[in-house]
Amino acid sequence: MVNLETTYKEVVLSTMNRVFLTSIFLLIFSLLNTAIWASDSDDAKDGKKEEYDPVGTVVEHIADANEFHIWKGVHMPLPCILYAPGSGWTFFMTNKLDHGHTAVDRYVLNHGRVNRIADDSFPMGEVHIEGVEHVEEHHTDENGEEVIEEVAYAVYHDQKYKLEHASKWDGGVLGGGVTSFYDFSITKVVFTMLLAAVLLCWVFFLVARGYKRNDGKAPKGIQSFIEPIFIFMRDEVTIPMIGEKHYERFQPFIMTLFFFILFCNLLGLIPFFPGSANVTGNIAITLVLAVFTFIVTNINGNKHYWEHIFWMPGIPAWVKLILTPVEVLSLIIKPFSLMIRLFANISAGHIIILSFVGLIFLFGNMGENFGGATIGVLLGGVFTAFMNLIELLVAFIQAFVFAILSASYIGAAVEDAHHGDEAHAH
Amino acid sequence: MVSSVFLSSFPILLPDPGLIFWASLIFLAVYFFLGRVALKPIQKALKKREDDIQASLDEAKKAREEMSNLKAENEELLRQAQEERAAILKEAKETKENIIAEARDKAKEEAQRIVTNAKEEIENKRLEVITSVKNQLGLLAIDIAEKLTRNELKGNKEQETLANTLIDEIKFN
Repeated sequence: MVNLETTYKEVVLSTMNRVFLTSIFLLIFSLLNTAIWASDSDDAKDGKKEEYDPVGTVVEHIADANEFHIWKGVHMPLPCILYAPGSGWTFFMTNKLDHGHTAVDRYVLNHGRVNRIADDSFPMGEVHIEGVEHVEEHHTDENGEEVIEEVAYAVYHDQKYKLEHASKWDGGVLGGGVTSFYDFSITKVVFTMLLAAVLLCWVFFLVARGYKRNDGKAPKGIQSFIEPIFIFMRDEVTIPMIGEKHYERFQPFIMTLFFFILFCNLLGLIPFFPGSANVTGNIAITLVLAVFTFIVTNINGNKHYWEHIFWMPGIPAWVKLILTPVEVLSLIIKPFSLMIRLFANISAGHIIILSFVGLIFLFGNMGENFGGATIGVLLGGVFTAFMNLIELLVAFIQAFVFAILSASYIGAAVEDAHHGDEAHAH
Repeated sequence: MVSSVFLSSFPILLPDPGLIFWASLIFLAVYFFLGRVALKPIQKALKKREDDIQASLDEAKKAREEMSNLKAENEELLRQAQEERAAILKEAKETKENIIAEARDKAKEEAQRIVTNAKEEIENKRLEVITSVKNQLGLLAIDIAEKLTRNELKGNKEQETLANTLIDEIKFN
C-alpha cells in the first residue's frame, strides 16, 4: 500500500514537472516564433526601403506558394507541374524561374506563385526577363463603381507582358476564374500535406506495430500517447454519433479526418521550415474534406434518411412543402458549413498571430525606431505566445469539431427507423 | 468596391484545382493506407483487449463467487458434522444408559430368578425330606405293624394298647 502511494505521488510529481517544462518550452518557442517571423518579414525587396504593408505581408504568409521560404533569401525549390490548354504540360523546379528574373515556357514567378504570360508573341523556353512590375489599375465595373486591381507585368526588352494567375474554381465571383493555365504543382501546401501524411502514416504504423508486439500487454511508447486520443474519439465521437451498430464501418474515415486535420493544423503552428504552411486554412483543402464527408454521408443514406429529407413523415402535407426544400438545401449547407468553419478558424488564427508579429514593424517603423521595435517585440511576443497557446487548443478543437460533425451527419444517414415514428405520425 | 479588391487579393478563398486534386489524392491515400495498416487493426486490438479485460474480470468475479460459495459450503459441512457428532454422542450416551439399565434389570431379574430357584429348591428339598421322613415313617409303621402283628399272637389287650400307643406316637410325630 505504501509502495503504491509513493509511486502514485512520483507519477503526479513527474507529470506536473512535465506540464511545467512544456509550458516554459511553449513560451520560449512562441517568443522565438516572433523573432523568426520578424526577421522573415525584414526581407525587403531589391534593397529598396518599402513602406511596411501589414495586410500584404499577412496575405502572402497565409497564401499558398510555389517555393518554400526558409530563411532570409533562402527558399526550397518545389516541383512545378503546369498545364496550359494548347501548349500542354510543363515540368521544372521553381529555382529555374530565378525569383521572377527568368521565364520558362512563358511561366514567371510572381510573389512566390507561378504566373503565365498569355501573350503568344512572348518566346517559349528559358528567357531572361528584367523583372516583374506591379501596377494598380483603376477601372469601373458593371455597376459603375470604381475598382482598383493590382496587375503584374513581366518586363522583357522594355515591353510589358500581362501576367495571369493560375485558374481558380470560384466561377470568377471572388476574382479568380479560369485563366490560360492550371497549376498542379507540389506547392507549399501540397508539400506540407504530404509531410503530414507521411508523419501520420509513420506514427500510426508504429502504433499499430505496438499493438502487435505488446499483444496482451500494457501499451508502450507512442502507442500509449495515441491510444487515449483514439479511445476518446471512439467513445465520444464515433460510437455516440453513429451508434454501436454502424460505427465500426465509418470509424477509419472519421479517424483519418481527425488526425489528418490535426496534423496539418499542428504543422501550421510550427513557425519555421517544415511547418508554418496554412493548409487547413485554405478553402481548397477544407472543400475536399467536406466533399468527402458529403459523399460518404449520402452514399450511405438509407431509406429512412431520404424519406426524412424528401417527405418528412408525421407532419401535415403543407408543412412538407416548406420543409422539403429546406431539407434538400441542408444537404449542401451541412458540408458547406464544415468547409467554412475549418477554413475560417485556422486562417483567422494565422492572421491574428501574423498581425501581432506585425506590431513590431508598425511600432518600430520598419526598423528605423529601435525603441518602438523593442516595445513591439515585448507586446507582440506576449500576445503571440498567448495566441499560440490558444491556437494549439484550436488545432485540436477544430479537428475534433470537423470529425464529430461529420460523424453526426453520417450517423443521421445510417440511423435505423425508430418505431416511435408511426406513433407521432398521428 | 474595396471589398472586391480585398477578396481578389485573398488567394486562400479561391479554390485551386491543383490543390483540390492533391488534397483528394493525399487524403484518399492516407485513408486507404491508414485504414488498412493501422486504424482497423488498432480498432480490433483495442476491442480484443477490452473483451479480454471484461472476460478476466468476469472470471475473477465468478471465481470469487465460487470461493465464497465453497466457503459457505464448507461451513455448512462443518456445522453438519458438528451436529452429527453431537447427535452421535447423544445417542451413544443414551445407548450406554440403556445398556446399563438393561444390564441392571437383567441382573435383578437373574437374582430374582436365582432366589426363586433357590426357594423352589429349598421347598423341593424340604418336600423331599418330608417325603423321605414319611417314607421312613411308613417303613417304621410297617416295622411297628410287623412287631404288632408278632405281638398279636400273645394277647388282644396288650395288642390294642400297643397299637394305640404307636398311633399316638405317629400322630405326635
